[in-house]
Amino acid sequence: MAMLELNNVHAFYGNIHALKGISIEVNEGEIVTLIGANGAGKSTTLKTISGLLKPRTGSITFEGEDLTIFPAHDIVYKGIALVPEGRGVFAKLTVIENLDMGAFSRTDREGIAADLDRVMTLFPRLEERRKQIAGTLSGGEQQMLATARALMAHPRLLLMDEPSMGLAPVLVESVFETIQEINQEGTTVLLVEQNAHMALQVADRGYVLQTGEIVLKDTAKGLRDNEEVQKAYLGME
Amino acid sequence: MRSRLANIDFIGVFLWVIRAAIIVAVVWGTTATILNNTYTTRQWTDFLVFGVAQGSMYALIAIGYTLVYGVLFMINFAHGEFFMSGIFTATVFLALPMDNAGWLDRNPLLGLLIIAVVSMVISVVIAVVTERIAYRHLRTAPRLVPLITAIGASFFWQNLYRGLLGGEQKPFPQLEVLTGTIPMLGTEIQKVHIVVIIVTIIMLIGLNFFIIRTKTGKAIRSVAEDKEVAALMGIDVDRTITITFITGAAMAGIAGVLYAMVYRQVHFFMGFIPGIKAFTAAVLGGIGSIPGAAIGGLFLGMFESVGPSLFLKGLGIPAFNQLKDVIAFTMLVLVLIFRPQGILGEPLAEKKA
Repeated sequence: MAMLELNNVHAFYGNIHALKGISIEVNEGEIVTLIGANGAGKSTTLKTISGLLKPRTGSITFEGEDLTIFPAHDIVYKGIALVPEGRGVFAKLTVIENLDMGAFSRTDREGIAADLDRVMTLFPRLEERRKQIAGTLSGGEQQMLATARALMAHPRLLLMDEPSMGLAPVLVESVFETIQEINQEGTTVLLVEQNAHMALQVADRGYVLQTGEIVLKDTAKGLRDNEEVQKAYLGME
Repeated sequence: MRSRLANIDFIGVFLWVIRAAIIVAVVWGTTATILNNTYTTRQWTDFLVFGVAQGSMYALIAIGYTLVYGVLFMINFAHGEFFMSGIFTATVFLALPMDNAGWLDRNPLLGLLIIAVVSMVISVVIAVVTERIAYRHLRTAPRLVPLITAIGASFFWQNLYRGLLGGEQKPFPQLEVLTGTIPMLGTEIQKVHIVVIIVTIIMLIGLNFFIIRTKTGKAIRSVAEDKEVAALMGIDVDRTITITFITGAAMAGIAGVLYAMVYRQVHFFMGFIPGIKAFTAAVLGGIGSIPGAAIGGLFLGMFESVGPSLFLKGLGIPAFNQLKDVIAFTMLVLVLIFRPQGILGEPLAEKKA
């Protein structure tokens, strides 16, 4: 049984049919990526998993447990954390306060301290800016903070929504390196990206979304070699 | 197009004229008062101390406006009733019976403590009920809807209290410990004013600790910034909003006790003017900002207390002391025109405006 299973999920924004029967599986230890154009439903899929948007029909199970019955603030207690699109750091809180909020769901002091050490090792820049107001960080630093904050929940599954968006190319590389590092430390990752090129390099498997439907699924290598994908998402002729 | 530009210019000039006129009036009045040597230093000190005491109460009430605005972007006009309900209930059911039995005179401090706790609890209960029943379902409604609802809730509580506990003024017992003065700063300061100021300082320090240091305080600030992301952290947004109302109402409950100690009477309508004044204070300090509410409250209290004697008397206005409310609300209008974000507030963002 897969760690996360979405089965025929339909979701709506008002009257807009955003997800039209999405089925996705993520196995423990994998990096799985969802690629697709703007508005294909990638972010919506992550919102639906994290409880911010309730599916109208279809099931979402995590480690065999139905997620759709829980409000958004309970999902993180199941072991799922989301790095939201546009980073969503608390701009008026300091770096360390943001990280505290990341660990809001936990009460194990030693575990929290250990994870704080871990994210500070992963992102030494954050250690330097500990007391700084998050809104004054650069875009790259805010991305680090958003990722670190999600890791503070000690998730077994990390959902990442466009982590490379708006970052300089050199930073994009380091974001994907970090994702691999996080994964090697044992966290399963579901990655939504417009930068299909990078995403398919780090991922094990991928799904291609088009206007709310999955049109293709394969191993990352399979997708990289697929002519359609090359044309549409990798900018190759 | 041209006529529209002309209009804007006209308004701009008009605002400048108002600004200049007010500055001239204040400077003129102040100079006249000072040159005539109308008041002694001691009297000025008295005005100032009274202003600080009055401002302390405004500050405590203003916290509730600013906290709720911070998380919901809503002006909770029923907040004055949270202030009234606590002390009104505590006076009728506790203070007066305890006083009649003579118990309050024998145990004044314990008695006041009990009154304070009960007043806080009642204010909190009224706030939680109002939030749960009247506001929560309207969270996604257009902004005018919760605003009107809040005004409705305000009338509801006023009239419920009037109906159940009576429409007349109730005396708050005069306590021996709070009567009299202490020589200080070259004058005699009323003990009750000192108590008001000290209690306010303690409450503000406690509030500051709660908001800055505790996990719940950080959760309130997170919810104020982004409810969706806060939920992703595992923060129960509804619960946090309830806690925000509780915090504001507890402050208002204490402010009610201080108010009753100073003015020694309570009334079903007593929340209206202090509520509006505290709202003014919150706007003055920058609504959404907690230090702003405290500073705005103090500033408004002092301005009201010193202002009439300082520049209205100098202008030769006969009943200048009756004009302190005029000063307060003139200030509200001026702040809204010239500095809508208040003293400490940030420029209003689109979504908050």
